[in-house]
Amino acid sequence: MNTGNDQLFPLHSHFERPAQQIDAAKLGMWLFLATEVLLFGGLFVAYAVYHYLHPDLFKAAHHFLDVRLGGFNTVVLLFSSLTVVLAIHGAQQGKKQMVLWNLFLTLLCASTFLVVKYFEYKHKFHMGLLPGYYFTNAMLPNPDQAHIFFGIYFLMTGLHGVHVVIGMIVLGWLFYRTWNNEFNPQYYSPLEIGGLYWHLVDVIWIFLFPLLYLIR
Amino acid sequence: MSSHTNYLNAKKGFASWALTIDHKRIGLMYLVSIMSFFLLGGLFALLLRTELLTPAHTIVDAKRYNQLFTLHGAIMVFLVIIPGIPASLGNFVLPLMLGAKDVAFPRINLASYYIYVLGAIVALSSLFVGAIDTGWTFYTPYSTTTDGGVVLMVTAAFILGFSSIFTGLNFIVTTHKLRAPGMTWFRMPLFIWGIYSTAVIQIMATPVLAITLLLLIVERTLKIGIFDPVLGGDPVLFQHFFWFYSHPAVYIMILPGMAVVSELIAVFSQKRIFGYKQIAYSSIAIAGISFLVWGHHMFVSGQSELVGMIFSALTFLVAIPSGVKMFNWLATMNQGSISFKTPMLWALGFFFLFAIGGITGVFLGTLSVDVHLHDTYFVVAHFHYVMVGGTFMAFMGGIFYWWPKMTGKMYSEFWGATSTLMVVVGFNVTFFVQFLMGAQGMPRRYYSYLEQFQIYHQISTIGSYILGLGFVTAMITLLVSLKKGQNAPANPWKAASLEWTHTDVIPIEHNFHEQPVVTEGPYEYR
Repeated sequence: MNTGNDQLFPLHSHFERPAQQIDAAKLGMWLFLATEVLLFGGLFVAYAVYHYLHPDLFKAAHHFLDVRLGGFNTVVLLFSSLTVVLAIHGAQQGKKQMVLWNLFLTLLCASTFLVVKYFEYKHKFHMGLLPGYYFTNAMLPNPDQAHIFFGIYFLMTGLHGVHVVIGMIVLGWLFYRTWNNEFNPQYYSPLEIGGLYWHLVDVIWIFLFPLLYLIR
Repeated sequence: MSSHTNYLNAKKGFASWALTIDHKRIGLMYLVSIMSFFLLGGLFALLLRTELLTPAHTIVDAKRYNQLFTLHGAIMVFLVIIPGIPASLGNFVLPLMLGAKDVAFPRINLASYYIYVLGAIVALSSLFVGAIDTGWTFYTPYSTTTDGGVVLMVTAAFILGFSSIFTGLNFIVTTHKLRAPGMTWFRMPLFIWGIYSTAVIQIMATPVLAITLLLLIVERTLKIGIFDPVLGGDPVLFQHFFWFYSHPAVYIMILPGMAVVSELIAVFSQKRIFGYKQIAYSSIAIAGISFLVWGHHMFVSGQSELVGMIFSALTFLVAIPSGVKMFNWLATMNQGSISFKTPMLWALGFFFLFAIGGITGVFLGTLSVDVHLHDTYFVVAHFHYVMVGGTFMAFMGGIFYWWPKMTGKMYSEFWGATSTLMVVVGFNVTFFVQFLMGAQGMPRRYYSYLEQFQIYHQISTIGSYILGLGFVTAMITLLVSLKKGQNAPANPWKAASLEWTHTDVIPIEHNFHEQPVVTEGPYEYR
């Protein structure tokens, strides 16, 4: 049943055709992404509830977030989604160097994102804008409740940050496999699937940025 | 026949099991683990029933009693019934039924097993840091303030969620992509439809529980004020989040039970199932509606009246697809040549008990009635009629049904039937009186009670001993068959689905000698 490229495509024994294996992997990843969206969904609901309950507080608290840094990170992540797509494009054409360079650029963007995030967190720690129990900032109008905004902020960006790190591990693994010549124009589906995951990390940030930094 | 190589004897040694990616072996490993936790959870149940023999101190104090019912609930829900049928029977049977060599992602399948084991270890380790006493629902603010191993148990449920997601994901992709040639959607056995619907719920509901539990852990450790009113949080929000998962989760538990029963009724009536498409669609309908009814757990939690009415109306909707299934099964049995083999007895037990459980669910979904019955033993009885009388009866039926395929051995019909009878009798003695005392106002989870309830509690406790003995008898029957049972033929029940018709007595590693090609439906008996 296999097409002429058996040697190029590592077909697992329980599949009949390469297309079947690729489709299964893609469907699996899309389902997994659905679970990720629902995981963040709980946090978005929590955000909506507390924004509704304390609109003034959220407006006041968001001034402590740096829109320029957040905006810069948004651009960085958007650019990284482009480089992932270019890496896949390179794999389709069998251009190993193009894949490697673009994966490297993606990893560089991810690291930049995390470094910026580190400085943002550090600044907030310094100001006492910490979640819950550790909140010590006295500049906000209602400190008994102001900590809730920062609880949600740290949870949402923190969970997103964990996903960035997982994404970097995936990208690093793809880089290693490309380096080892495991991909070719017939077989590059791990790149596509890893790319899908990275786009999700990107998309979640696209929602987090306006919700947290651009409250009006 | 039994000298053939098969999946059990193809490879030997501990590592060949521990590192297997064969769905059949993984299914068996799940089965053994789940049954072990079932015995543990059952032991806790018997202890707490024994404590309730008298309203005063019988064998344990009040704190220990709270821990006992929490552990009973948490183990039974998270370690036994939720993974139960899908992870054990589903893993074993689903690829065979579809005519596939394995599930789509065998390594993820194995990973899900080890995640399950890890979750179980974390759950049990909470016993050593001080057992949790919140009830399996972890309601805030009690769960954010009480001492004991709350974080460990909640972490365990979080970890177990991943196992559940991986299993569900595997089953959905396998059903979509690995069906044998000719296996169209409407030629799939109804077991697959049930498991597929379950998998959809697993995928869509479990992540919400995961984030809820994560928030609970952070609430306890950092006091972020999401759920605890003292910190500005909202405890009702926890209930919304929790039941958004946990109501669909009870359909994660019951749908596979219905899936098994669909097979049993058809096979042991030797008749094409009545209303195939209706049963198939009703599984999907139950999965869909399951997401819209969570508010019926919160009729007395300060939810608005309008919302209460909407949730009540939506709750009644569930009765429709459930009723569709019941009547189609009955119509299947009509004029069939019914044989009362042990699996069929379990299925009939399911019928009887699930009908009671389902109808009392309608009572509880009615706003005015629920205000009276909320948090009484009536709820406990309803829940057990559905989960044990429904799901677990079907699970046992499924184990007896597929046992010859799993092990190549026939069990003793006499002891199988006896154990079924003991369970049905013991179950009714245990739980029917709980309806009565619940309706009279006996609250659930109480350590002590008024004198007037003592006779009910004592009957219930005696029933629980019969019930426990029944389950132990069933398990001994199965274990004895491994040593003393007769060798099974390849298709002892004259079933018509692929796992019986196209495999050896015990399937080989890759299931089929040749790729099966399907030309007709799964219930064409001759």
